[in-house]
Amino acid sequence: MKPSDSENILEVNGLKTYFFSSRGAARAVDGVSFHLSAGEVLGVVGESGSGKSVTAQSIMRLIPEPPGKIVDGRIQFDGMNLLDLTMQQMRLIRGNRIAMIFQEPMTSLNPVFTIGNQISEMFILHRNASRKDALDASIEMLDRVQIPAPKRRINEYPHQLSGGMRQRAMIAMALSCDPEILIADEPTTALDVTVQAQILDLMIKLKEDFGTAVQMITHDLGVIAEMADRIVVMYAGRVVEEASTGELFRQPLHPYTIGLLDSIPILGSRTAGETKRLSEIKGMVPSLVALPDGCKFCDRCSRVMAVCREREPELTEVSSGHKVRCWLHVEQPSS
Amino acid sequence: MIESLITVRDLNIHFPIKRGILSRTVGYVYAVDGVSFELAKGETLGIVGESGCGKTTAGMAVTQLIPITSGTVTWQGQDMRELSRSGLRKLRREMQLIFQDPYSSLNPRMRVNDILADPMDVHGMFTGKQRRDRLAFLLETVGLAPEQGRRFPHEFSGGQRQRIGIARALALDPSVIIGDEPVSALDVSIQAQIINLLMDLKANFDLSLIIISHDLAVVEYICDRILVMYLGKVMETAVYGDLYGRPKHPYTQALLSAVPVPDPLRKKERIILKGDVPSPINPPSGCRFHTRCPERMDICDKTVPEMIDFGNGHQAACHLYTRADAQ
Repeated sequence: MKPSDSENILEVNGLKTYFFSSRGAARAVDGVSFHLSAGEVLGVVGESGSGKSVTAQSIMRLIPEPPGKIVDGRIQFDGMNLLDLTMQQMRLIRGNRIAMIFQEPMTSLNPVFTIGNQISEMFILHRNASRKDALDASIEMLDRVQIPAPKRRINEYPHQLSGGMRQRAMIAMALSCDPEILIADEPTTALDVTVQAQILDLMIKLKEDFGTAVQMITHDLGVIAEMADRIVVMYAGRVVEEASTGELFRQPLHPYTIGLLDSIPILGSRTAGETKRLSEIKGMVPSLVALPDGCKFCDRCSRVMAVCREREPELTEVSSGHKVRCWLHVEQPSS
Repeated sequence: MIESLITVRDLNIHFPIKRGILSRTVGYVYAVDGVSFELAKGETLGIVGESGCGKTTAGMAVTQLIPITSGTVTWQGQDMRELSRSGLRKLRREMQLIFQDPYSSLNPRMRVNDILADPMDVHGMFTGKQRRDRLAFLLETVGLAPEQGRRFPHEFSGGQRQRIGIARALALDPSVIIGDEPVSALDVSIQAQIINLLMDLKANFDLSLIIISHDLAVVEYICDRILVMYLGKVMETAVYGDLYGRPKHPYTQALLSAVPVPDPLRKKERIILKGDVPSPINPPSGCRFHTRCPERMDICDKTVPEMIDFGNGHQAACHLYTRADAQ
C-alpha cells in the first residue's frame, strides 16, 4: 500500500551527524530538517562539503561509526524513528522500502558477480523468492529499465556493461523491491550528457510507474530544475532555503541561492558579440572544523550585516512552503 | 580571422593495441581520425564532445606530447615535426597546459614557489633577482597572496589549486594556453571564479586559448569558435552564436538538447539518443554517428560525409546537407 499524496512519508528532524578526528568534530550535518511527501521528487542541492550525501547516508544508517556518529535528531518513517532501529531491523528497510543509487555505478556494483546474481539477491533476501523465480524477476526488471537483450545481460559482469547500462542495472536493483523511497545520490554526474538525458528520462518514467518518492541529491542546478518538484538548498551542513522548484528559481531569497543561480553559465544565453562576466560568489566553502560563528555564509555573503556574524538565523517559513535561513528575511531579535 | 597561430591538417592519431607475448599489434584505437582545425591569434577555441571522442588527444597533439600517426601541425606556418629538439623546446614555452584535476597535477612535495619556478629553471628564464618578483607577480595575477607561495599544495582548496595550476601555465609568458577540462572538477561557485579569471587573463596577456570540455554551457561562455567531436571525427564547427543558435548536425542538436537547463519554465523538447557511444576500436562505417542518429538515411552507413561549408566558418559533416546548401 502506498500512502496517499501530500502525506509525509519521511520526516527528518534536527539531524546532526558529526565526524570526529584529532582536529576536532567536523559537523557535516548540523540540524537538518526536511520532509519528503509521497510520490514527489525532492531535490537536494549543495556544493561539496554541504552535507547532502551525509544526510542521505544518515537516513540509510550507512554512516561509518567511528569516526562518524549521528548525535541527534529523528528520522520518522512509517511510524518509526529510523535512528532507534537495530541493525537487523534496519536491514529489512534498507534496499526494501528505502533504496539508494549512487554516483559511480562501477564502484557500487560488485565486480565478481553477474548482474543477474546481484539483482536476484534483492528478491531472495527481501521476498524469499527461489533462485529461479528471482532470476526471472531480474530479467523483467532489466527489461523495465530498458536494457536491451536482458536474458543475455543477466549473465554479464559489471565491467562488460557501459556506464549508462551500469547505472540502469543499479536502478533496476534499487527498484526491484518496489520501495516507497528512492534516494539518488548524484545519479548522472559520472555520465556523458546524452546518456544523462537517457537516465533522467528513464527515472521520470519509472517514478510515475512505481509511484516512488525520490530524494535526488545533486550539485547540478540544471538537473534539479528538470527533475524536482521541491528543492532543499544546503550549505555547510544546514538547510539554508527550501521552496518549490518554480518558486526557488523565480524568487530565490537566500544570498547563497541567488549567488549560485547567477554563477552558472546558462546554455544559449550568450548573444553574439557579447562577452559576459559570470557573477561569482567570493571566497570558498569554509572548513567544517572551523565554521564562522553566526550565519555560516557570512564571510562570503554580499549583503552581510552585523547581526549575521553574531547569531545564526533559524530556518523560517516566509511564505507558504518557502523557508529561508537568513537575517534579511527573518525578523531580527531586538538587541 | 587575422592570423592563424596553429593549423592542424588531417590529423590522425591511432593508438596500437598490442596482445600476446610477442605484443603483436592486433588493432588500433582510432582516437583522432582526420581532424583539421585552426587557432587564430587572440581566439578561444572550444573542443567539445563526450568521453572517448578524442577531444583531449586532439588538443594535446598540438603540443607534440602525443606521437602523431599522420597529418601536420604547424605553428605560424612552421611544421612542428620538422623542428629540432631545441626548436621544439622553445616552442613548448609558447604553449602551456592546464589540467582538470588540481589535486594530481601539482607535486605534493614541492612548495608553490618551487612549482612555479620549475618551468623557469627548465627554460632558463627569469633568473636571479627577477625570479622573486616574477613569482609574486604570478601569484597576485591569479588572485593569491605572494606569501602563500611558501606553502604546499595540500594547504589549498580545489579552486586555489586550480589557480596555482594557472599561474604555472602563465610562468613562461606563453601565447597559447590549452585547458583540458579546467573547471570540471570544481564546485559551481568556484567554477565561475575560474572562468572569469581565465577570461581576464586572456584579455590582459594577449593569450589564445584552447578549451577542451564536455560542458557545453561553459564552452559557450568562454569560446569564440567551437569544434564538436564524435568518435575521433569533427562533426561540426562554428562560431558560438551559429553553433548554439542554428546547429546543423543531428549530433550537435541532440547534444545541445540533452543539456539540462537551470530554468524550470524553459521545458524544451529533448532529443534522446539511443544507445551508447560505440567503441573507437571498431568505429561504425560511413558516418560514425549513424548508429545513434535520429535522421539516419540509407547512405549514412556507406559513405563518410564530407565537410560542407555554410559560410561564416560554419561547417558540418552530414549527409542531410548537399553541396547545394553550401555557400
